[in-house]
Amino acid sequence: MSEPILDVSGLTLRFGAITAFQDITFSVADNEVFAIIGPNGAGKTSLFNVLSRVYRPQAGTARYLGRDLLSLRPAQIAGAGIARTFQNLGLFGLLTVLENVLIGRHHLMRSGSIIGGVYLGYAQREEKVHRAAAMETLQFAGIEKYASTPVGLLPYGIRKLVELARALAMQPRLLLLDEPVAGMTEAERWQVTALIRRMHTERNLSIVLVEHDMGFVMNLAQRVLVLDFGRRIALATPGEVQRNQAVISAYLGEPLDDTA
Amino acid sequence: MTEFLEFLFNGIALGGIYALIALGFTVIYRASSVINFAQGSFLLLGAYLVAWLHVDKGLPFAVSVLIAIAVTASVGALFQIGVLRRVTGQQVFTIVMITIGLNVVLTALVPAAISSIGQSGSDIGDPWGSSTLGIGGVTLTYVKVWTVITTLFVLLLFFLFDRYSRYGLAMRATASDEEAALAVGVPTRRVNALAWGIAGAVAVVGGFFLAGFPSRADPVLGLASLRAFPAIILGGLESPTGAVVGGMIIGVVEELTAGYQPNHASWLGTNFYIVAPYLVMILVLMVKPYGLFGQRPVERA
Repeated sequence: MSEPILDVSGLTLRFGAITAFQDITFSVADNEVFAIIGPNGAGKTSLFNVLSRVYRPQAGTARYLGRDLLSLRPAQIAGAGIARTFQNLGLFGLLTVLENVLIGRHHLMRSGSIIGGVYLGYAQREEKVHRAAAMETLQFAGIEKYASTPVGLLPYGIRKLVELARALAMQPRLLLLDEPVAGMTEAERWQVTALIRRMHTERNLSIVLVEHDMGFVMNLAQRVLVLDFGRRIALATPGEVQRNQAVISAYLGEPLDDTA
Repeated sequence: MTEFLEFLFNGIALGGIYALIALGFTVIYRASSVINFAQGSFLLLGAYLVAWLHVDKGLPFAVSVLIAIAVTASVGALFQIGVLRRVTGQQVFTIVMITIGLNVVLTALVPAAISSIGQSGSDIGDPWGSSTLGIGGVTLTYVKVWTVITTLFVLLLFFLFDRYSRYGLAMRATASDEEAALAVGVPTRRVNALAWGIAGAVAVVGGFFLAGFPSRADPVLGLASLRAFPAIILGGLESPTGAVVGGMIIGVVEELTAGYQPNHASWLGTNFYIVAPYLVMILVLMVKPYGLFGQRPVERA
């Protein structure tokens, strides 16, 4: 097995006297879809926020391709090859779909603010290249017809596709998804799942996703980390996790629905 | 009729200056949700620098203006980097008080410093003086003509930058959602510093025209920024387009009122032209509470 893309060891996060999660260890292989699940309050969103550098943990390490992830500044994350999406969409409502996706390429552009302001020569050629790349990403996500629509006017499911397209436009190696299908209709959920799967298989992205919805995870992930009250209670394939007694009792003590 | 055209043109010239001042407020508000009460002192700094460089140091006028723009833009950006960055996340009130502090300091310091190192006093020595130009019976001062040309050019430059450049896009994204912008790799701190730099630069252009004939560089120049206030509110705090439209409306209303009111409605008293913009602002806000181009906050139900 090659070097893991993400290697987390002994991670602990506390808010004052309250422990969000404790001593979490796992690693994500290159080109793997890795899910973090658990009941409400299990600590999965807190763990996600540590990986996306919103919270600083009290103990433990997180290495991304051998580099210390926790020492990167928030503005360096994108350049390092990590993209994320937000549970409540982190889109720019007044900007068009194309502009939203183009922003994801900011860190790949070279021309500075002065040359960029004058919009001449080099900056103009660079602009064209990145606009074309952004359009290609929209086509990949099947939303190119919305390119010049302000994002705020689109329905929720389409907006999530825009957010995923923007993450893809950043040319990441690792994608962090925070509850990507939360609050969606069945049809929207299908569309989003299909796009995530294609991003994984056709663009070779490694994906870490936090999710509440078990059925969605079972369809997509190769391995699942289950948290309960801030502790790791299982780390296995979806099938194994569904039969795990500790997991079953954590989820309201009921057998899991494995028809999903 | 010629009288009306003269008033109208002067109104557009004044409106252009207000538009530049309002644009400075808007760019900063959009980037950091703070009203920069030091905007007037940027204006002042620009005008005094032009006076010193051009009249005392003998540099060509255009060169003096460009240097003043560069210096004031740097002061704005450095203030953001050196001071405001350290109070990120504090209450908006705290940050607003700091900008008021900067305004007090610059307003006191700049005229004192420049007059102690220079001999020129406060004449900025603009090349147009009181010369005029007649077009079909309408008499226009060259200052006003150049004010219109320059402000329109600067505004055009800003809108090209905002709409098409990488950093313009980054500014709009940061304004919309700073956390998301950071997550997708926008250097939001640099974008904020850039916003302050732009605010400083556009203030200088407004400042040296305000200080030109028949006025001069004067400590009260900074107060002109407060007269642009109705323009920002009228246009909508977060909209550069609104700043320009609001500035133009206020400028024209002010000049037309100043031109006609003393003869036709003298019972309103002298200096009623200062009041008129506020009346327009109140009327607009009654119909459109977020301003002409303002965004009503949108929330998903």
